[in-house]
Parts: sequence; structure tokens; C-alpha cells
Amino acid sequence: MSITVLLLITGLGLGALYFLVASGLSLIYGLMGVLNFAHGAFLTLGAFIGFEVSRAVGATTWPGFAVAVVLGALAGAAIAALSELLLIRPLYQRHIEQVLVTVGLGLVTVALYEGIWGTDPIFISGPAWLDRTTSVLGANVPNDRFLAIGAAVAVLVGLVLFLKHTRYGLVIRAGVENRAMVTALGIDVRRSFTLVFTIGGAAAGLGGVLASQYFGYVSAHLGGTLLIFAFIVTVIGGLGSLTGAALAAVLVAVPQQFANYYLGIGDLIAVLALALVLLVRPSGLMGAKAA
Amino acid sequence: MSAVLQVEHLSASIGGQQVVEDVSFSVPATGVTAVLGRNGVGKTSTIKAILGLVERSGTVLLDGEPIDREPTHRIVQRGVGYVPEDREVFTALTVEENLRLAVRDREPRRELVEALFPDLVRRSAQRAGTLSGGQQQMLSMARALLNRNRLLLVDEPTKGLAPKIVTELATALQEAARTVPVLLVEQNLQVIEQLAQDVVVIDGGRVVHTGPAAELLGDEAAVRRYLGVHAEQPPTARRSDDDAPGAQPPTARAAEEARP
Ligand SMILES: Nc1ncnc2c1ncn2[C@@H]1O[C@H](COP(=O)(O)OP(=O)(O)OP(=O)(O)O)[C@@H](O)[C@H]1O
Ligand SMILES: [Mg+2]
Repeated sequence: MSITVLLLITGLGLGALYFLVASGLSLIYGLMGVLNFAHGAFLTLGAFIGFEVSRAVGATTWPGFAVAVVLGALAGAAIAALSELLLIRPLYQRHIEQVLVTVGLGLVTVALYEGIWGTDPIFISGPAWLDRTTSVLGANVPNDRFLAIGAAVAVLVGLVLFLKHTRYGLVIRAGVENRAMVTALGIDVRRSFTLVFTIGGAAAGLGGVLASQYFGYVSAHLGGTLLIFAFIVTVIGGLGSLTGAALAAVLVAVPQQFANYYLGIGDLIAVLALALVLLVRPSGLMGAKAA
Repeated sequence: MSAVLQVEHLSASIGGQQVVEDVSFSVPATGVTAVLGRNGVGKTSTIKAILGLVERSGTVLLDGEPIDREPTHRIVQRGVGYVPEDREVFTALTVEENLRLAVRDREPRRELVEALFPDLVRRSAQRAGTLSGGQQQMLSMARALLNRNRLLLVDEPTKGLAPKIVTELATALQEAARTVPVLLVEQNLQVIEQLAQDVVVIDGGRVVHTGPAAELLGDEAAVRRYLGVHAEQPPTARRSDDDAPGAQPPTARAAEEARP
């Protein structure tokens, strides 16, 4: 029983990290038709910036951690916004080139991060509470799992409210369905391109800080590893759907944890889930719908 | 009379293939100008080229100012309302959200739209994807009528709709046309007769005829030549994607389909 609870909550924590990456991927693809292979780079930068600032402020203190979260998310948002403005926008409507640019950016940034922070993983520490466990139905669950889950739920709720109740959210939801018609209503849809990149980058940057707590280290490859599973989650959820991404994140990560523990084939499970969904529902669980 | 829109040597291509060859015509500052032509001759592409929704070259002047190098949203912001073929409402959004998205004016003409389409008021919280074809068309037209435009581009608003809805839409258009010039793509000759003062006939990606609507409709041979249909042809039964199938006035489309 206790191992089931532990695997379940750990799986949810992993799913939370997937969602923080997949939410941005899904919105960006849904609105712009761009598969953003640089998204992992946004996460990794968030993780490194979080590591640096928490070290400066005090890695094991809550203020240090809070500043790391905020600046990690801001770093993710900044690099994402710059990528969109400088690399994606000049290639407007040239999707293949846009995707290739993101692939290039993903590769270059890994090399850059290795140049700055080295090729070895850097083990990190956070506030003592995060290293402790909480007993849930007899299982000793590491506290960083709860933090990741809480953050992902907050991001999901925040994004849904934003999409449902703001003018920009309305433009994004409409753009996911029919971008040309949005421009034909007199709306400059490119502004919302920068916006979804920025939002997605912030979520990824936050995910970077939380992932480094979850895994206990930072490395230049942190984002790339999560990105692969986040892509799977995005496709299973339905490209463009936020709630689909949330659902799929859980449906991928939890079985992945169980399969890893009992069979050691967690990654295979994720790929099989992808294959199954593509066969049965090629447009993903929720099709293309922003919220 | 001055023209609100002048189109000169406009050509357009989709996916590298030229679909509008060399189109020139102008739209007077008042009334309805109808664009006619058989299926696939490039009517929709011409409208889309004016709006910059497809790759285009040539000259397009709105009130004398060139708009042929502007992006679509700027052209629309200059006061061009667009009612696309196949409605293109946002199905995942509610009726109200569709309308709110379309508002550009500081004081949108809500009362006008609500008076023309009371059905939309009742259904404001309904998802547009669950509306009937006729209701979606009304929503699409309402989006364009909310703002005070200098020109409306309306592409086959009656396509596939039941006669009762066609009448309702034609009346709404007639009402709208009293305050804004309209460029209307339409295959329903009765609607053209009711609304249009001028016609532009397109064939093979080029303009083959322009002139007063009454003159063309009165010339049976010309109608037959350009559209492949008799103006006086008896109503043909035609399937409709709206609530009730029923008798339809003759259309170029129906005639095309009926041809051996
Ligand atoms: N997306 C597209 N890809 C390739 N060809 C296209 C596309 N859209 C239109 N065409 C071609 O361009 C030509 C003109 O099409 P267009 O839709 O402008 O005609 P139309 O006069 O509006 O026809 P209809 O009466 O059926 O609405 C047609 O031959 C059509 O096959
Ligand atoms: Mg057409």
C-alpha cells in the first residue's frame, strides 16, 4: 500500500514537471504551428539561474528558494520572448525553418550551458523541508513532490483563468482554432505569439527550478530529458489543449513511475501510451482547443 | 461616382499556383456590388487577395490609399469588414465571445446587430460550434456589422441555407448596405436581383464583364454564358445544411451540378 501511494504521488510530481513544460509547448504549437525544440533550453536556463541566485541569497533558506523560483521563471520568460522576437518572428509563416531554428537553439544552448556550468551535474540543496518527507497513508513522500504538484495546479488554474477571462486569452483561444480569421478581424495575432512564448517560457523556467529540486541536481541536459516526455504528453493531450496536456501529463507520468519500479521499463510505457493514443485518437485526447 | 475600392491588375496564388490572373474592377462608394462566376473561377481568392489573406500582387486602393502591401489586420483596421465563405466562426467560443473578439470600434453597434439577429442575443452563451448553419452565418455577419466599416466583403452568405434563412440574411444585408458599400460574392440570382446595383463577372481568374446588375440579369444569353444558368429557370430543389430542405431559387451552383 505505502509503495503504491509513494509511486502515485511521485508520479504526480513528475507529471507536474511534464505539465510545466508541455503547457507552453501545447499553446505554442496550437497557436503558431511551431514545435518548439528549444523549450528544454528555457527550462534549463531557469534551473541554472535558480541555482545561482539561491546560492547567492542562501540556498537552504526559504527566501533564497523563493527568489530562485521567481528569477528562474523570469529567466525562462525572457529567453523565450527573445527567441520568439529574434529568431521565430523573422521567419513568419515559414514553419519548417522555424522548427529548425528551435532545434538549433536547443543544441547551441546545451553547449553554452556546458561552457558556463560544466558538463557534470551540479548537486543542489534547498530549504530543509524540501529534503524531508511527509507520511501519507504510511508512505514517506518527499516534500518536493507536493511542491511540484502544487505549482503545476496553480499554473494550470492561472492559465485557464487567463485564457477564459482576458482579451489576450480570447485571442489565443480563437487563434488556436483559426489564426487567419483572427487577423481578418483586425487583430495582430503576432503579438499573442510573443505572449504565448513568454508564458510558456515562464512555466518552463519555474519547472526548471522545481525539477532541480525534484531530481536533486542541475545539468545542461535537464531540459532536453524532460522535453522528450513533454512532447509525448503534448501529443497525447492534443496539440493546443491545456487541459489535455494536464490530463496527459498524469496519464504518462504515473504509469511511467509504476512501470519503472516494477518492471524497469518506464520510458517504454510512455512511448507505448503515445503509440496507443495516435492509433485510437490521432488528434489527441482533447483535440485542438486552447482551454 | 467615387470608388471606395479600386482593384487593378490583381493576381493571387495559393501554394505557388496562380488562382487569380489579372483582375481589375472598382466598387462604388454606395450600394452592393456583386461578384459572379462559376464555381472555382477565383471569386473567393479575389476577396482573400484584397485582404492579404493569400499571396498577391497588383494594386488595391481603399479610398484612394494603397493597401496591397499591408498585412491583413491593418487592412481590416482601416475599416474593412469580412464575412468569409463558410462562416469561419470560432466554434470553441461562445456567441458572445465571437462578437467580443470582433469589436474594434470604441462604441460597437450592438443594438443594430441585436435588432437584425435577435436569435443571437438569446444564444449569447451558446458555443458557436453548436449553432445551425444559418445561425453561424448570422454570427459571422454580426461580427462584421458591429463596427462602422468603410467597406464590407461578403463571400457567399446564403450558400447551403434554407430559403427562409436566405431571405432573412438578404434583408440584413440590405439593411447594412444602406450605410456601407458591400462587395458581395453570391450565386443566388434572386438575392443578386434584390440587392446588387452592379455586377463583376469573373471567369478563369479574370474579369469578363462589369455593368449594372439589372442589365446582366435581363440578358438571358449573357447569364447563361457567364454562369451557365437561366435567370428565369424554375426553382430547383436543393439540399440544404440548415433546418429545412426546400425549394431554392436558381443558382449557378445548382446549374453546374445539374449539368450532364
Ligand atoms: N487552398 C487551396 N489550395 C489549392 N488550390 C486552391 C485552394 N483554394 C482554392 N484553390 C483553387 O483556386 C481556384 C479558385 O478558387 P476560389 O475558391 O477562389 O473559387 P470560387 O470562385 O470562390 O469558387 P466557389 O464558387 O466554389 O466558391 C480553384 O481552382 C481552386 O481549386
Ligand atoms: Mg468561393
